[in-house]
Amino acid sequence: MMVIANGNLRVDLKLIADMVEPGSRVLDVGCSDGSLLSWLGRHKNVDGRGIELSMSGVSAAVSQGLSVIQGDADTDLKDYPTGAFDTVILSQTLQATYAPRDVLANMLRIGRRAIVSFPNFGHWRVRVGLALGGRMPVTDTLAYEWYDTPNIHFCTIRDFLVLCRDLGITVEKGIALDREGRVLPFDGQGVLANLLADQGLFVLSRS
Amino acid sequence: MSAVEPLGTCPPHNPLGHTVELGRDRPIRLDCGIEMAPVTVAYQTYGRLNADKTNAILLCHALTGDHYVADPHPITGKPGWWIDLVGPGKVFDTDRYFLICSNVLGGCMGTTGPRDINPATGKPWGQTFPVITIGDMVRVQARLVEYLGIDDLFCVIGGSMGGMQVLEWAASYPDKVFSAIPIATAARHSAQNIAFHEVGRQAIIADPDWMGGNYQEAGLRPHRGLAVARMAAHITYLSETALHRKFGRNLQDRDQVSYGFGADFQVESYLRHQGSTFVDRFDANSYLYITRAMDYFDLAAERDGVLANAFKGTRTRFCVVSFSSDWLFPTPESRAVVHALNAVAANVSFVEVQSDKGHDAFLLDEPEFHATLTGFLEGAAEHRGLRRKGNSQP
Repeated sequence: MMVIANGNLRVDLKLIADMVEPGSRVLDVGCSDGSLLSWLGRHKNVDGRGIELSMSGVSAAVSQGLSVIQGDADTDLKDYPTGAFDTVILSQTLQATYAPRDVLANMLRIGRRAIVSFPNFGHWRVRVGLALGGRMPVTDTLAYEWYDTPNIHFCTIRDFLVLCRDLGITVEKGIALDREGRVLPFDGQGVLANLLADQGLFVLSRS
Repeated sequence: MSAVEPLGTCPPHNPLGHTVELGRDRPIRLDCGIEMAPVTVAYQTYGRLNADKTNAILLCHALTGDHYVADPHPITGKPGWWIDLVGPGKVFDTDRYFLICSNVLGGCMGTTGPRDINPATGKPWGQTFPVITIGDMVRVQARLVEYLGIDDLFCVIGGSMGGMQVLEWAASYPDKVFSAIPIATAARHSAQNIAFHEVGRQAIIADPDWMGGNYQEAGLRPHRGLAVARMAAHITYLSETALHRKFGRNLQDRDQVSYGFGADFQVESYLRHQGSTFVDRFDANSYLYITRAMDYFDLAAERDGVLANAFKGTRTRFCVVSFSSDWLFPTPESRAVVHALNAVAANVSFVEVQSDKGHDAFLLDEPEFHATLTGFLEGAAEHRGLRRKGNSQP
């Protein structure tokens, strides 16, 4: 269950929304029904675009007047020109991409800044589930069986930070979130986050 | 503004439409190099142009369509092709928008085409009519819009060949198109599409009554050839699923096959009907010229082979729509347009509507499609500062 903030925005999305500069150009990759873009348009006068895989999501977004295309992060990011956006957002989608490394690289090519959130596979419940239960973990934030999960590239917060380093990406900010998307009181890049955070939220920029 | 074509006030809706003569003092230069003047344009309007002239929508009809968008067709008596979308409170809300639709150049419902008299010879144009392009059709539409005193259009929308015109408008007149909705279309006609058109054209040309295109003077009409062309084309507008659902292998007015070549199957009877009713309302030479215009359409070819060049610097808001079961203008064609628009960071929405009705879905009752159009227009209207009726706030 995700907590809904005021203005009908999920708490983790509100957190992302607060980091977006007013009047900026934003691309939301995996934008679902466009609720974040809609909020950013109304409250921050953002020039927003979205990419969404599901037809129901795209229809819902376009029907409310948002500029959203049916497509996916793996195939559609390469078309955009370098520096087309101020901020590129990828919320809870990285783990479902076919080539997360290329996706990240493309995000920071077309955007000056990227905001990425993903479920942390290093969380202690995941570790315990696998170590003691001997089964692939099914939790609130990872609520799929192994055979029907759209999430094909899980990573821990540490894995993610290592990839950012390899790609020469600067991590400007790291925030650890609990399962409801609330901020936890420790550094998002540290050992504690990797063990206790259900999700990680990171602000990245080109080095 | 020179006095070549006096600016008309936008005429109100008339079920029979309007006509205007354009280009007499300023000929329209066609892609083939010929300068044409005058050109008669038949058009229809719905709704009212607002004081700021910011609410005009240009509807572009498809290959065999015309400007009777929401009126009974004067020849067939059938309802207009988008009657479900035009009216107060509908997708194209006539309380809010001013709609324009004109018969295309080369057409046979009032706009200058091969059936008309060539003023230079006093005889029907026939095969002496210049070969026209989608660009030429749009050039004539642009003159009409200018004649109506409208600087820029709130939206240009159309399906199939109408969608080609939308893309041409956006590429050639970027400052005159606030938003564009190309539906079930492509930025170029594919080899398969050209092939189907060629089958239709050869059926017409093979009809002895075509008379090398001079059938009018002989008092004849190549109705058999034109009917076959329509039958072949009609198959491409439907999906296999839609054909099967409608007809299956059902027999027509009989319990068993006749061991002959009559219309045993319902699907045969249906196609024959489609063919025979089409010839009453369409001119064979028009069919040749308009299919050719579609074949020649290739937006990228004219721009160093790079489609994105057609949209460089565009500020138009785009909404690209395709239908999942359309095999005539399949989704990848729309996606190519979307990718080109992304490459110039254009403002674009793209929806592939799930439908099993084939290419014709854009003319049929598809609630998700209509919701998409309504939502996109609503968003565009907000950015355009268009007011809702009865609402004092922009």
